[in-house]
Amino acid sequence: MAEHDITLTVNGTEHELEVESRTLLVHALRDQLGYTGANVGCETSTCGACTVHLDGDAVKSCTLLAVQADGATLDTVEGLADHGEFHPIQTGFQQEHGLQCGYCTPGMMMTATDLLEENPDPSREEIREGLEGNLCRCTGYQNIVNAVENAAETMGSGAVADGGSVEERAEGDAGCASGPSPGAETADRCEVRWPDEGESR
Amino acid sequence: MSIDSLDPDDVDAADILGSAIERREDPSLLTGDAEYTDDIQLPEMLHMAILRSQHGHAEIEDVDASAAEEMDGVVAVYTHDDVADEAVSRDGSLLIPTGWLLESLRQVDHPVLAKDRVRYQGDAIAVVVAEDRYVAHDATNAVDVSYDRLDASADPAAALDGEAGQLHDDAEGNVAFDWEIGDEERTAEAFDDAAHTVSLELENQLLIANAMEPRAAVADYHPGSDELDVFMTSQNPHLHRLLMSGVIGHPEHKLRVKAPDVGGGFGCKIHHYADEALVALVARDLERPVKWTSRRTEGYKTDAPGRGHITTAELAMDDDANITGLRVDTKANLGAYLSTFAPAVPTYLYGTLLSGQYDIPAIHASVTGAYTNVPPVDAYRGAGRPEASFLVERLASLGAREAGVDPAEFRQKNFVPDDAFPYQTQVAVEYDSGEYGKPMAKALEAVDYDAFRERQKEAREEGRYLGIGFSCYIEACGLAPSELAGQLGAQAGLWESSLVRFHPSGTVTAFCGTSGHGQGHGTTYAQIVANELGIPYEDVEVVEGDTDEIPQGMGTYGSRSAAVGGSALVKSSQKLVEKAREIAAHQLEADPADVEFAGGEFAVSGTDRSLGIKEIAQQSYLAHDMPDDMEPGLEATSFYDPDNFVFPFGTHVAVVEVDPESGEIEFENYVAVDDVGNQINPKIVEGQIHGGVAQGIGQALYEGAVYDDNAQLLTGSMQDYAVPKSLHIPDMETESTVTPCPHNPLGVKGVGEAGTIAAPQAVVNAVTDALEPFGVDTVEMPMTAERVWTAVNEQATADGGDGARDADAATTEEGGEN
Repeated sequence: MAEHDITLTVNGTEHELEVESRTLLVHALRDQLGYTGANVGCETSTCGACTVHLDGDAVKSCTLLAVQADGATLDTVEGLADHGEFHPIQTGFQQEHGLQCGYCTPGMMMTATDLLEENPDPSREEIREGLEGNLCRCTGYQNIVNAVENAAETMGSGAVADGGSVEERAEGDAGCASGPSPGAETADRCEVRWPDEGESR
Repeated sequence: MSIDSLDPDDVDAADILGSAIERREDPSLLTGDAEYTDDIQLPEMLHMAILRSQHGHAEIEDVDASAAEEMDGVVAVYTHDDVADEAVSRDGSLLIPTGWLLESLRQVDHPVLAKDRVRYQGDAIAVVVAEDRYVAHDATNAVDVSYDRLDASADPAAALDGEAGQLHDDAEGNVAFDWEIGDEERTAEAFDDAAHTVSLELENQLLIANAMEPRAAVADYHPGSDELDVFMTSQNPHLHRLLMSGVIGHPEHKLRVKAPDVGGGFGCKIHHYADEALVALVARDLERPVKWTSRRTEGYKTDAPGRGHITTAELAMDDDANITGLRVDTKANLGAYLSTFAPAVPTYLYGTLLSGQYDIPAIHASVTGAYTNVPPVDAYRGAGRPEASFLVERLASLGAREAGVDPAEFRQKNFVPDDAFPYQTQVAVEYDSGEYGKPMAKALEAVDYDAFRERQKEAREEGRYLGIGFSCYIEACGLAPSELAGQLGAQAGLWESSLVRFHPSGTVTAFCGTSGHGQGHGTTYAQIVANELGIPYEDVEVVEGDTDEIPQGMGTYGSRSAAVGGSALVKSSQKLVEKAREIAAHQLEADPADVEFAGGEFAVSGTDRSLGIKEIAQQSYLAHDMPDDMEPGLEATSFYDPDNFVFPFGTHVAVVEVDPESGEIEFENYVAVDDVGNQINPKIVEGQIHGGVAQGIGQALYEGAVYDDNAQLLTGSMQDYAVPKSLHIPDMETESTVTPCPHNPLGVKGVGEAGTIAAPQAVVNAVTDALEPFGVDTVEMPMTAERVWTAVNEQATADGGDGARDADAATTEEGGEN
């Protein structure tokens, strides 16, 4: 198997490495360079867990050869935060509970940041379309869409095109026992009703 | 209708339990710092790949590994005889056990590597170990296997009818078991006396879990100490340790199983597969670390699928539309071998839930388990309860139509009344608490039901077809108590264990035997413990998923973590508080009975004398001034064994528009009203519902494992098996009611599977409601556009051609039928 010397600039750091012709970019990043944020979820370019930016565009690194990225600038999830300060997309995912197991999340965020660069003020429908190449099995997508909206707002895109703003969506009954009940002082906390034997704690 | 998350710093300590705080797990998952199994790299690590059967059923005539062994970079190849051990089984095969036995169960041998027969496409034949991931996979292709193909079937009915070959000598006719529940005679009488009956033939299709992280394991053996570490995608490390210890013959106390970050499970990471046993064996044999990571296409052929029922179900009603009887006959697909909990899923987790939310005086169900040529079938999110809920709720809609009653009214009329709890069903279980009318009322209000029926009528006049579908589901989670589980055949207890430990400086580590993989236990358990101990949330750390750290545990599945694990944490915290109370009383020179504990402070009643619990913790480790005969330290362990299952419930409503010309289905609305008891963190509850519903909608519209007549998997990759994408799932409206569980200290019921259990029938009922004018009363899942269109046109043709539509069959771009 032929070996090739290539150069990859990952999150601003230049790396020289030796790869086989067949080495996939995702394995070069994960196994050789230790950037394990991009995950492998399929081998058919379907799930998007391996999404990174190559020269600024979101690509699926499981179906690119490392040699194809020779000389390229790559951005991975490890480079999103700036000295511990979250990128707005990370804050959005945290605040909106846009992740559960977290496996698809790096890829989702890399796709979403690319999407927001192309379209800083997407509608919910446009966000769903933009994320079609990234599968999530935990969240049902709703909070991921909210997370992207949240990031779009933070990044200064003004009002959300449809579905109401993040604030508007948050209004109304948050799902407590009987609407905002006397014990539920805010819409984000439900009164906990203790069973009888739990009273004398 | 979204719940706002809170920053934990903005929440008063007294309010921490029940607050929708952000998850503490997220920062590492959001920055790439998380460590999943495949992220682990150890020095000198080798890679393992598994050669799997190409055929659904075949004799193995010969395995020639010589070419593979000679390849550069290949370290070793193992076949059946290389891992055989005469001491272990009849023929020396290392066998994977099942963890649940039924009276009529015909157990069969499940070798870790096939000996002379493969029984499903994916059955492991050989493993290759190499210096490099790619070389290992290359070398599996160089292993030459000669097969003699046998008749195969993926279909339980066909397997039982003798259309498939005989899979196992020990299971004549491919029957794994015959099981029944309920009163056959009384149920027959109910049908004899019925004013109306409806029947339904249904298939609850085989589904593949599709956790985003494929299964993986890394094993590391330390010859000096004989210790064997296995890092793996596990929902229950202690259970894996116990089972693996037996399979590979390694002492349990020298075996460590750790689940690092796990990328979703949905059931498929509960079970003990040959794969991790082989990784451990090989690492021990070669005395080098070994990694195996499933590829997605490999996962499709090996991850335990779920569901797989073929059922005939009938409902009897009196002339006032009261349900009087339910009769069910099911053929359940168990796959080629018995997986870990397989025998329980289509029996005790299914038959016992057939009363649904209804007061049904007579029920009988019989289930035949079938061996077929698919991977061993086991629990997938919901596990038995979705199958039960689906048929009950489909029959409720059909029954309402037959009796000429509105489907919402029909359900309300038949609900178990509020004053009947605890309610003893006719299928063994006793529902703990419920107010079934409340979620239904909320759901009807949310969809503005009366107005919807008006709109539906108007739309039909315009040739548009709207439909509304109800799903009033019940589920049982936190399977318990252990004694009962044992009577039903469980080969394990179903308690949960925890250890809560104060450190001398006043912070706390809480260890729990559950093993979260996306549920946010690190957050919710800290909320529980902080609340119990009256200390700040940030002072509690939660540890799960490592047999070296957590004394014992049963794991995370069946929506049991909060109800059983959370309760175990409460019990340990309470024990710890009692010890601290005695120390405080001693130092405050008071009787312990006069010392009250609130807000983290021990105070002598009627005085201003008090000591904080953190101070007591420090004192307990200093041990300078302790009560007589009291040991130093402040920690407590408990094993919590619940009194009963917990029974969450709710009403989900789907509102759809169906285009009869194309068969396409559009969501107009999806409302989920769930009662999961008290909520520890409403934001996490909401997330669980969203995700669960998405998987349920996946079953209703898109998903299904499809096999051909030779038991070859046709949906063998993510390009063929339709995992729902972002555009396939609608925004949902989630609401809840709260009916606390009366028998656990948190009053919680479990939420992990609710959405998946509830959603499919809501969607199917909505589609059949929309198509009522065409006389369509059933469409099989997944309801692809083609199936919907066919149902409309077949019905139209059956009606004598009136309204038969001259439209081209539209097929969806994906679905279970391609």
